[in-house]
Amino acid sequence: MSTFQVPTLADMIAQGKAPEVLFWVGCAGSFDDRAKRITKAIARILHHCEVPFAVLGAEESCTGDPAKRAGNEFLFQMQAAQNIAVLNGYEVQRIVTGCPHCFNVIKNEYPELGGTYEVMHHTQFIRDLIGQGRLKVADGNPFKGRRITFHDPCYLGRGNGEYAAPRDVLSSLDAELVEMKRCKQNGLCCGAGGAQMFKEAEKGNREVNHKRTDDVLQVKPNVVATGCPFCNTMMTDGVKHAEQEGQIDVKDIAELIAEAADLFPSN
Amino acid sequence: MIAQLIFAACVVAGATLFARRIRFIRKNILMGQRVDRFDRPIDRWKVMARVALGQGKMVARPVAGIMHILIYVGFVVINIELLEILIDGLFGTHRAFAGLGGLYDFLIATFEVLAALVLLACVVFFVRRNGMAIARFRSQEMGGWPTLDANLILVAEVFLMFAFLSMNAADVIAQGRGIDHYIVAGSFPVSQFLVPLYEGLTDAGVVAVERGMWWFHILGILSFLVYVTYSKHFHILLAFPNTYYSDLTQQGAMDNMAAVKKEVDLMMDPNADPYAAPAPEADAVPAKFGAKDATDLSWKQLMEAYTCTECGRCTSECPANQTGKLLSPRKIMMDLRDRIEEIGKQRDASGGTWNGDGKALLGSYISEEELWACTSCQACVQACPVNISPMGIVLDMRRSLIMEDSKSPESITSMFNNIENNGAPWAFPAASRGDWIQES
Ligand code: HEM
Ligand code: SF4
Ligand code: SF4
Repeated sequence: MSTFQVPTLADMIAQGKAPEVLFWVGCAGSFDDRAKRITKAIARILHHCEVPFAVLGAEESCTGDPAKRAGNEFLFQMQAAQNIAVLNGYEVQRIVTGCPHCFNVIKNEYPELGGTYEVMHHTQFIRDLIGQGRLKVADGNPFKGRRITFHDPCYLGRGNGEYAAPRDVLSSLDAELVEMKRCKQNGLCCGAGGAQMFKEAEKGNREVNHKRTDDVLQVKPNVVATGCPFCNTMMTDGVKHAEQEGQIDVKDIAELIAEAADLFPSN
Repeated sequence: MIAQLIFAACVVAGATLFARRIRFIRKNILMGQRVDRFDRPIDRWKVMARVALGQGKMVARPVAGIMHILIYVGFVVINIELLEILIDGLFGTHRAFAGLGGLYDFLIATFEVLAALVLLACVVFFVRRNGMAIARFRSQEMGGWPTLDANLILVAEVFLMFAFLSMNAADVIAQGRGIDHYIVAGSFPVSQFLVPLYEGLTDAGVVAVERGMWWFHILGILSFLVYVTYSKHFHILLAFPNTYYSDLTQQGAMDNMAAVKKEVDLMMDPNADPYAAPAPEADAVPAKFGAKDATDLSWKQLMEAYTCTECGRCTSECPANQTGKLLSPRKIMMDLRDRIEEIGKQRDASGGTWNGDGKALLGSYISEEELWACTSCQACVQACPVNISPMGIVLDMRRSLIMEDSKSPESITSMFNNIENNGAPWAFPAASRGDWIQES
């Protein structure tokens, strides 16, 4: 990053500093080019709000979610044990994740395995920053009056009952929020969960993300807001498949806020 | 006197058959694996009150939901009448509760109105099922028995309610004519309209209709009691325990397997003594990872199979099913029920122990293709009005595929390898995980 350096936890501890919160980036956020842009938006928001945070960098490893949901409990628990050893070694207490799958696993499945932390999804964290007055969108924010629809990630919504935080954040944009006919509890999956992201779909008559894109097109939005890097990929593909990429942007909530708050001076 | 004896014999026969089925099903359910669902009783009562008693998840589909509430309330309230029928039948009385006076009039009037509403609801359900193109009633797994089962019960309900009302209509006539035995009691807001049907009959004819309908009604209810245990209509009983024993953890959470934790702990702990004697209870049953057959699932999951109403809300919300994949969460539940019934019968035929039959739920009933189509989106769990988790069963069977049989699509195998070697599902070196920090 050009304007500031994201600190790793190891560096911070070496300097005798302890961050307030650990930003758990996740695999997509670390390696996938599109998802890295979301990661950077989250980092910029944290930096801008002067939240003392750090990442694990190379010490982070897959939470094990796709392995677990594909049936490989051994691999999952090996990953969990390794991650928990690192997190406990650094005495981490608060975690913000950029991915609802990481969020769900660390929050709900790690405690029984010895890793208990206060875990937040980035949309929850951003909502609190806005609520505390630490983060404000700029006056001429580019999303004012635009039509935005939010696609609920299964593991934030149904999985953890969080439907309000992403919508609260979006409402700060002064945009026109529209709901798809299936939303919140009834939201349709993007098709990536349960390790589907890493394999071909089974035989059928359509792709799940194309089906979900039908719901999107019905409400004619300018932007599809997402809260998960995998949903982001799926919806981007879906919009492309429907040949609507000129009309409809697919962006993570963190990206929308970072742009609206003018945190990307270079673009 | 003879009538009383015949009546008593019928009641005993019905109750015996019912009790036998209940014992059989209980034994089947208890073939499942242990899972602790006995904590937090207050929360459990609350869930049961909301979801089963209060029908909390039913009205998500307003037409079906409201019609069902009519049937449900009607059934519960009308069965108060059953008490009177039992007493009349056993002691040869007629309308034993008539002494309640005004309250009795009120009760009978309520039963009548509810009976009419139940009748209406059943007709609507029947038309919805058979006359309208509602997708969730038409999937593949609904062919043959499941559809017949659904229709049988609706037609039976219509006949039962009609018999109940006819009985009252004949009673009204008998009361009016002052026929011996027919005391003046009750208020009949609905059945008065059926009076013209039977008015032309002689006194003997009226009595025959009244008695005939009375017998039809009680024998119908006794048969229903037994029939229910063979059918999706068993939910009228099991909906209550099934919601009481709901999974109270966060819906997104998947259980951590204790057997795996033990092994991982050993591997991670350099001081652990590999030759230490394992705890005796851990050794009692050889650990099997995941579910290959019905008996590898938990007792709660087997109870869910008996509770399933075959309503198909899960399947109609399932993204895999909506896009033409083979997976249908309702079929998973129906297959599981068929399989555990089959196992139970074999167990009883071979003197109480089951030694396998070369078949298994996974393979003989449910294919790998179905399992791999699940996105673990929990839409089925969310939609189920009786808190069943078809997803839990799908994921437990994946565990068996992977950990027992090492069977997975090639791309899944490489995802596993990547996580194991690089700490990510893709083939990027672990050391480059933080590289994004340096990129602008
Ligand atoms: C105790 C008395 C009850 C009676 C007499 C009863 C009766 C029925 C009948 C006749 C049907 C078939 C309707 C059709 O053809 O679609 C039905 C379906 C159903 N019942 Fe019940 N039920 C009872 C209790 C419950 C409870 C406690 C629940 C839990 C919420 C429940 C949930 C359902 C569901 C989900 C269906 C499928 C209906 C649909 O397609 O939406 N029932 N019930
Ligand atoms: S969790 Fe699996 S079975 Fe259930 S609705 Fe989603 S894809 Fe279908
Ligand atoms: S599992 Fe639940 S939602 Fe699915 S068919 Fe059975 S009762 Fe209906």
